[in-house]
Amino acid sequence: MAMVMTGEVQLPASREVVYAKLNDAEVLKACIPGCEELNKISDTELQAVAVTKIGPVKARFKGKVHLTDLDPPNGYKISGEGDGGVAGFAKGGATVALTEKDGGTLLTYNVEAQIGGKLAQLGQRLVNGAAKKIADDFFKNFAATVTAG
Amino acid sequence: MSATGIGATVRRKEDFRFITGQGQYTDDVVRPGETRAAFVRSPHASAKIKSVDAGAAKKMPGVVAVLTGFDLAKDKIGNLICGWMIHSKDGSPMKMAPHPALASGTVNHVGDAVAVVIGETLAQARDAAEKVKVDYEVLTAVVDPAKAQAAGAPQIHPDIAKNTIYQWHLGDAKATDAAFAAAKHVTKLDIVNNRLVPNAIEPRAALAEYDAGTDNLTLWNTSQNPHVARLVIAAFVGMAPEHKLRVIAPDVGGGFGSKIFIYPEEVVCLWASRKVKRPVKWTADRSESFLTDAHGRDHVTHAELALDANGKILALRAKTIANLGAYMSTFSSSVPTYLYGTLLSGQYDIPSIYCEVDAVYTNTAPVDAYRGAGRPEATFVVERLVEVAARQMGIEPTELRKRNFIKSFPHQTPVIMAYDAGDYLASLKKAVEAADVKGFAKRKREAVRHGKLRGLGYSTYIEACGIAPSQAVGSLGAGVGLWESAEVRVNPTGSVEVLTGCHAHGQGHETTFAQLVSERLGIPFENVSIVHGDTDKVQFGMGTYGSRSGAVGMSAIVKALDKVEAKAKKVAAFMLEAAESDIEFKDGKFTVAGTDKSAAFADVALNAYIAHKFTGAELEPGLKETSFYDPTNFTFPAGCHICEVEVDIETGKTEIVNWTAVDDFGTVINPMIVEGQVHGGIAQGVGQALLEGAVYSKEGQLVTGSMMDYTMPRAHDLPSFHVGLTETKSPSNPLGIKGCGEAGAIAAPAAVINAITDAIGTENLAMPATANAVWTALQGAKPRQAA
Repeated sequence: MAMVMTGEVQLPASREVVYAKLNDAEVLKACIPGCEELNKISDTELQAVAVTKIGPVKARFKGKVHLTDLDPPNGYKISGEGDGGVAGFAKGGATVALTEKDGGTLLTYNVEAQIGGKLAQLGQRLVNGAAKKIADDFFKNFAATVTAG
Repeated sequence: MSATGIGATVRRKEDFRFITGQGQYTDDVVRPGETRAAFVRSPHASAKIKSVDAGAAKKMPGVVAVLTGFDLAKDKIGNLICGWMIHSKDGSPMKMAPHPALASGTVNHVGDAVAVVIGETLAQARDAAEKVKVDYEVLTAVVDPAKAQAAGAPQIHPDIAKNTIYQWHLGDAKATDAAFAAAKHVTKLDIVNNRLVPNAIEPRAALAEYDAGTDNLTLWNTSQNPHVARLVIAAFVGMAPEHKLRVIAPDVGGGFGSKIFIYPEEVVCLWASRKVKRPVKWTADRSESFLTDAHGRDHVTHAELALDANGKILALRAKTIANLGAYMSTFSSSVPTYLYGTLLSGQYDIPSIYCEVDAVYTNTAPVDAYRGAGRPEATFVVERLVEVAARQMGIEPTELRKRNFIKSFPHQTPVIMAYDAGDYLASLKKAVEAADVKGFAKRKREAVRHGKLRGLGYSTYIEACGIAPSQAVGSLGAGVGLWESAEVRVNPTGSVEVLTGCHAHGQGHETTFAQLVSERLGIPFENVSIVHGDTDKVQFGMGTYGSRSGAVGMSAIVKALDKVEAKAKKVAAFMLEAAESDIEFKDGKFTVAGTDKSAAFADVALNAYIAHKFTGAELEPGLKETSFYDPTNFTFPAGCHICEVEVDIETGKTEIVNWTAVDDFGTVINPMIVEGQVHGGIAQGVGQALLEGAVYSKEGQLVTGSMMDYTMPRAHDLPSFHVGLTETKSPSNPLGIKGCGEAGAIAAPAAVINAITDAIGTENLAMPATANAVWTALQGAKPRQAA
């Protein structure tokens, strides 16, 4: 089951600062909702464990995160796939673009995600809502981190 | 007619235990030392299994065993099979892909089982199942049946080109084409018959027990046909010889076809119980049911009807792609062929018919028979074509039907079936009166005043039931005969047990079969018990589906009762010291013709067992008779359903405001049960037409995988039905019964869609006709003026 989400968030920092934080494993770990572990394997590859609860299904997803199309300070693509055991799987990616705006940076994102197994079987409205909330929470957390410096 | 005999509205015997929660379903059966099974299922629609690591799962608390598809293959457990051979038009046999009960090489649909965890408790088994690590290499899936045969489509099973199982045809292509060439009018329709999830209230379940002392296996399961399950599991899966396997299908909470088939979980529980030497129980949760019960329908069809200038039908042709899912389920091959193409003549005298059906594999759950099985699909094609043709030609839909109805019987259609009896004009006439079609124009005008569009839709359906004459189905590829058996045991006190090979899962056999015995033997209805669903009690039987229990199952009881009466007369002759030929039997009493000497049925029964009045040389003691009854033809229930709808112009919401059903089921045993069957059938047909639709994403995820996204019909979606009957008796069985179990589901979808399209003025409307779909169709249509 495929999902598409888009959004944007205005950040009070330069594109260089925002881009550096987007590549900082500690920052990402703090911002990804339910993230328990995020370990850098290389500059473009990370190992992640995150817990997600959607309706009655709670699962610990383990998987790899890849950073590609690196174009500092204009943006990159972050993608990954996670295996949630019997709960199913999730995979997808987000294209993140940074543009200068109002003395800060406008971050826009396009998320394409696919889920399968038990997760996909949940009510579509439930899953879409939950996925949107996860994306919103991430960028809200990220904005807070950037604002805090 | 007695108060409890044939034709009497008797309350259902079985309802007391059902509505007081005392039914005994498979999940209620508890065996000492029982373990629970949890299946590990694929989250992918198509993937290679690279490895299965059960190490962590085996260490979990309460785990008895973890078994995988590799273990199953190692133990040489055979594949599940499809038992009906269909040949393609080029003569080649259908291409049946291997269907192991647990996958080991590839998984082919979401929900395909790869491993099973046997635990002390269900919670422990489920927790451990989460720890089974399966490494998949995900492959591209194909989900849309219309795309499965395309060049470059992913090939699901090796060696089965274009995912094509067979390319079947029926009828005379040349004659049909010639009729089309000469036709004055041709109506063309593209039809999708939407995929459905059966959703019986009781989910599927299995409990297997191995007795190491006798080497016997027992399986309790939710089966509509336990003997066929035993036969397939013994002869094809090779689990145990038939005499070492007992199958018990106790109370079963609804089947609708989905419990005819032999499923992987039953095989796995049997296999596991022998391995762990303890009983193994599995009960599906609702999510598993959505993913793994065989789904229904799923046809894509292009259909055409040729007519002359007077609206006389000259020919019909249809090209259908039938989605059979990832594996061929037990009877899947027969549904879009001999249960579909053979009914394309409807109630009409059509000189030429040609039908082509391609059955394809897709990465979805298997598809098989579901209430009506092929006949709803056929009726939808025929009744939509006829209604649309009438509208296009400006002929009143009932008038076009009348001009084309078959009026003399027997009638040989160009598609195998020979209809034996019917009166289609009678049911149409009665329905038109009951539905007050005369007043429709006025109701339509009134509706417009409050923002509603009214529409009227007809469905004059036919079905082939009483499945089925064994020789006939054998010649069409069936691997089994479809006769039925009955054993009538008269006890020494005169009470009676009837052992039947039919299986009740909602039909009320304990009542209707007892009514037959009560009438025939003149004994109280309460003194009759019906025994079914246990291969150790009933010698053999073919189960219940295809509206066969009345026409075939009860006919077998009639034949056995004939034998009981004959034997009882011999006993009575000795008791009454008269010649056997002078003994008459009526109202439960044996009398000697022309005298006042008599003996009650119970006295004769007692004398049959104490055997004091005759010697062993003169007569065998006892009173128990068996019969195997094979029908001489299918039966052909038919009727007319009229649906009246109001569509909200602003929202597209459809309300069914009136429903009239006039059905010819032949002899009716219990009018209340028949009416209940009609109600349930219409509800399911309305569900298909307005609400239900199984949807897979293009990656093969079932996105309508719960009650949140898959809408079942509820009471408020339905009006109070006006139900009536006409009667022409079936000449093909001794009781004249035709069968009523599927009629509503067969008739209803076309009636609903004909009504909505009449209301909104466009034919471009697919099922399910949700408010959104109807509103969208309305935007592209100009509603017809109020008549």
